[in-house]
This record gives sequence, C-alpha cells and structure tokens, in this order.
Amino acid sequence: MLYDRKSLEEIIQSQESWTKEELNKLLARFPERDVRFTTISDLEIPRLVSPEALPEFDYDQELGFPGSYPYTRGVQPSMYRGRLWTMRQFAGFGTPEDTNQRFRFLLNQGQTGLSVAFHYPTLMGYDSDHPRSLGEVGKCGVAVDSLRDMEVMFEGIPLDKVTTSMTINGPAGILLAMYIVVAEKQGVPADKIGGTIQNDILKEYIAQKSWIFPPRPSMRIITDILSYCTHNVPRWNTISISGYHIREAGSTAVQELAFTLADGIGYVQAGIDAGLDVDDFAPRLSFFFNAHSDFFEEIAKYRAARRIWARVMKERFGAKKAASLKLRFHSQTAGCSLTAQQPINNVVRTTTQALSAVLGGTQSLHTNSMDETLALPTEGAVTVALRTQQIIAEETGVVHTIDPLGGSYFVEWLTNKMEADAMKYIEKIDDLGGIIPAIEVGYPQKEIGDAAYHYQGQVEKNEKIVVGVNKYCKEEEIPFSLLKIDEEVAHTQVANLQEVKRKRDEQKVQAQLKRIAEVARSEGNLMECFVDAVREYCTQGEIIEVLRGVFGEHRDPGML
Amino acid sequence: MTEQRKIRVLIAKPGLDGHDRGAKIVARSLRDAGMEVIYTGLHQTPEMIVSAAIQEDVDAIGMSIMSGAHNVLMPVVVEGLAEKNAQDIAVFGGGIIPEDDIPDLKEKGIKAVFTPGTPTADIITWIKENISPK
Repeated sequence: MLYDRKSLEEIIQSQESWTKEELNKLLARFPERDVRFTTISDLEIPRLVSPEALPEFDYDQELGFPGSYPYTRGVQPSMYRGRLWTMRQFAGFGTPEDTNQRFRFLLNQGQTGLSVAFHYPTLMGYDSDHPRSLGEVGKCGVAVDSLRDMEVMFEGIPLDKVTTSMTINGPAGILLAMYIVVAEKQGVPADKIGGTIQNDILKEYIAQKSWIFPPRPSMRIITDILSYCTHNVPRWNTISISGYHIREAGSTAVQELAFTLADGIGYVQAGIDAGLDVDDFAPRLSFFFNAHSDFFEEIAKYRAARRIWARVMKERFGAKKAASLKLRFHSQTAGCSLTAQQPINNVVRTTTQALSAVLGGTQSLHTNSMDETLALPTEGAVTVALRTQQIIAEETGVVHTIDPLGGSYFVEWLTNKMEADAMKYIEKIDDLGGIIPAIEVGYPQKEIGDAAYHYQGQVEKNEKIVVGVNKYCKEEEIPFSLLKIDEEVAHTQVANLQEVKRKRDEQKVQAQLKRIAEVARSEGNLMECFVDAVREYCTQGEIIEVLRGVFGEHRDPGML
Repeated sequence: MTEQRKIRVLIAKPGLDGHDRGAKIVARSLRDAGMEVIYTGLHQTPEMIVSAAIQEDVDAIGMSIMSGAHNVLMPVVVEGLAEKNAQDIAVFGGGIIPEDDIPDLKEKGIKAVFTPGTPTADIITWIKENISPK
C-alpha cells in the first residue's frame, strides 16, 4: 500500500480543508471553464487525483517491476536503456519494384524493421488480373500475386538481418509461405527469419473488414499456422492481435482495449481446443494498438493492457512460461486523427501520439506521415515521420528511465479505470459465449458504430475540438505535392503475372492446388501445403479460389 | 392529404476497400435528417450498385471510397446507370479523394465530392438543395 491508514487519513483531511479553504473560494470568484473535462473517448476526468483515490493501491500487486508480473511497467527489465523500440514504417505501393525501392530508402534513413502494406486485391485474395481488382492494383499498397513479386520486393534485403511485419489476414499463411521460400532462396533457413503476420481475422469481422472466409474455417487456418510455425518458424509472431483498426473504426479507448484482448482470448482458446499447449504458442502472440490523441488515456491503456493480459494468461489459461504472460505490442499513430485541413499540423499530432506510445512502453512504432489523409505518403513526408521517432529517441530524454509515469496518482487511477471498464466488456462477451458468437450477433460492431456516430456528433456540435476542422479554420492550398499511382501500374503487374504463368510448370501447379482442396476438406495442415504451392508459383488468388470453393465466403451483413 | 415522398438514398461501398466508418456515419446522419437510406454493405461491384439503386428506386447514390480506386469505379457506376436508362439517379461521393481528381470526376457525372472533415450537415444540405424525391 502507498500509505498506512494514519497517513492516508491525514492526507484526506488536508484535502478536505484544501477543498474548503482554497479551491471552493477560488471557484466562487473564478469558475472553471465551461467545458466538459472528458477524454476523447468521453471518459470523465477528475479535477485532481490524490492518494485518496488509490486507498488500496498495492505496488507489487498492481505494478511490479519491469519484466516482472504483472508487467504493468513494461515487458523487459531494462526497456529502452537496453534497446530502443523498432522503428517500423508501414510501406507499400505500386509494383513490387516500387516498394523494394521504398524499403531500401527507409533502411538507409535509419529505419530498423520493415512493414509491408499490400494492395486491396492481395488483402482480399484476388490476383491483379481478376475483375474485382479493377481500379485497385497498387493503389493502397503493393501488388503481390506470386512468389515472383515477393522475390522482387525483398531483393537485396538480407532476411536474416531485418525483421518484417506483414499486414495480411485472410491470405496470411500464403504470404508467410512466400516469405519463407524467398528467405530459403537467400540461404536463410525458416528458423532464422523473424517477423510478424497480422493474421488476426477476428478484428476483420469487427472493424477492418478485409475478410474472405466465414469465422470458423478462418480459425482453422489460423490454428494450422500456429502449429506449423511453432515447429518450423519459431521466431515468427504468428498473430498480431490488433486494436488499431477497431479504434480507427471509431471505438473508444476502452473498447479498443477490451475487444482486442477478447480477440486474444479467442485465439488462445482456439489453440488450446486444437490440442496445442498454451506455453508452446502463446509466447509468439503479439499485439498492435492505436496511439491516439488523448495522451494519458493512451498511456493508461497500454499499461492496463499488459496487466490484464498477464492476469488472463496466468489465471484463466494457466500459462506457466513468463513469455506467455507478456503482452508485447506494436503501435501506430492514429490515422483517423489526421486532418486534410492544414495538414502540416499532422506532424504535431503524430509527435504527441508517438510520445504516448513510447511512454506506454511500445516494442515497435509506426508514425503516420502528414499527407496520409490525402494519399499514400511521399518519400519526403515519410522521412519527417521517421525523424519524429528518432527525435523522441535521441533528443527528448524520455527513454532514459523506465515507465516514468508509473506512480503518478492520475495515471495509476486511469490505468485502474481502463482495466475495470475493459473487464466489464470482456465479461459481457463471455456471457455471449465468447468472441465468435459475439461477432456473429454483431455486438462489438454495434458498440463501435455507436461510438463513432457519437463522436462525430460531438465534433459537429463543437463539443470536441479538432484544430483546423471546427476551430481555428482557414482556407489554404495543400502545401506539398502528393504521391500518385497511375493505371500503368496495373498493366505492368498483369503483364508480369502472365509471364509467371507462362514460365511455370502447369502440371505441378494443378497438383498443388488439388492437394490444397483435399487438405482443406480433411484434417491436414494447410500451412505445409501453402509452402509447397507457392514454391511452384501457384498465385495467391488461385490458392484462395480453391479455399473459397471449400470454405465459402463471408459477406457483410451491412448493419448500420 | 398526400404525404410527400421522402428522399431515398443508396449509400454504397464500391470496390474492395473495407473502411466503412464514414459511409455508416453518413447513412445514419441522412436517416436522422428524415431521408430513407439503404446501405449496400461492403465490397460491391459497380454492377451490384446500379442494380440495387434501380431495384430500390432511389433518388441518389452516395459512394464512399478510401482505397484510391475512385477515378475508375465512380464513373463506371454513372455509365451503368445510363445504360439502364436510370441517369435521373444522382451520383455523389466521398472519401480520400485528392482535390486534383475532383474536376475529372465531375466531368464524368459525379455531382458532388465530399472530402475528409466535411460536416454531415453539409452533405444533408447539398442533398436537400439538389435532389428532389420522385
């Protein structure tokens, strides 16, 4: 406990007299500003938090030391004094050739890990020549159809030296298979590569909406990947359980926290149900959170996330290894907070958001570029975004001590509040039968939709201020040029795909696709099949097409 | 006394893009402003949108695209309506659309384009001023 009973009573007494003698007298003459003091998620914030609000606070129970249970203060004993977070900018556009150049540029600028953005057709399991890919090729990310594209994208980048994160979900196993084969061709065996596939299908149904199959067969593919990687790719993070997209879809901070951890609980349960030992796969689960604008709310969110996860893994799932209890996370500043108006202001927003992620103990970080409400970022804009991280790391001094806000009455109060509110949501989801039934009845989707609509209403009534949008507005021209991706990219990509199809051994391709259909219908491990299939240059669209035939497709219920 | 028909709007998400926060907020706002709103859900082809618009007998289609496919997909919907003799259905759009692309979209028959930060009230006003129920 922070204070013994007698000291606490004395503090409470002095607080009462301060309120009477100082505060109330002042407020009688000078009232507070006429605004609601709430977080961006509309959580009411007290004027002052003193020891009175934390009477039962127990250091060992609530915080512990960094690298020790319940990991509230951080997952490593030395945190950034040992190693800085990985600076990992999400990048990808146009052809694999274009993206290879951007990757090399970023690595030359001091970036320390790669993160691939795929274009929509790849995310949805279509090749670039599919009718559904019309207008989308290379626009929102890089076009990847076959192993050839992965070979080009990582040309000259040593996969034993860099780790790579891939934002891919429905087709995650196929893209990981391609990465494994590219590494193999570089002479790097699968047990030496490191990185992450997002592979978090549950949040696709909840928020990001790039799904392919219905939830249950999707979970089967995921457990096949967990099992394969445990044995063959031990340094790979097999699921990046993501709150980022939940928040971008308009959730509150507490909803982001709760639904993300509920998804995590769903994956752990699925792994156990598939017969895996929790301590075999849990250490390779990682997380991905949003770094939004409300500074302390975000820091409290990360601290609460670590504490809840440690408790859930230990108490609910009986995990024994320390690595199974540690919530490691990537963070990205909030795309939805950026404004198209006066876009240079976005640099400032990104800076404070990034600072909250660092003070919250992130393991890796992406900082958004100022031009991202308008287009994919230019090289100039992404350099400023990367420099923002480098300035925080090298100039501000915040990295010198671990969890510098630990013990702040306000931050500890808010951390407790976030934990308690998130647990209410998690209990509600348990009552609904777990996260999959909850998704099937649209529960998290509706909560998020309502929160998004509520926030938009507040902005339009000027109850929440967005600088340049509803206050301090001014007409101005966009002060920089934007990255443009023309339709020529699609022509090049389709021509390259046709070339691949001409050169490969068609008989071997058909045999691999047939085997995938058979294994999908039975019990074998699909991930093994993916590795063999991509080696023969089966395209991701062809493999997904076969799986669609077996598993069916998920469709948007279109709820409002 | 005959009650005037309400304005009917189809809010549509063409292409593969899954960002539906904006589309849903606009759909709810139009409904709260007294319009009848049909939401297509995600991942619609231009053909699906044209056929839903005709079937639902709407006065306007609002399309939301964040993926950069607007230059290709939005005009295809306008052409599709014309082919079915349904050019009286007004088409407007929104999303991550650079200013430079807007003149060309307007030339191809997109009546209005609403970019990030637009208050929903502006969209409602534009619809009320430019679209009358059949």
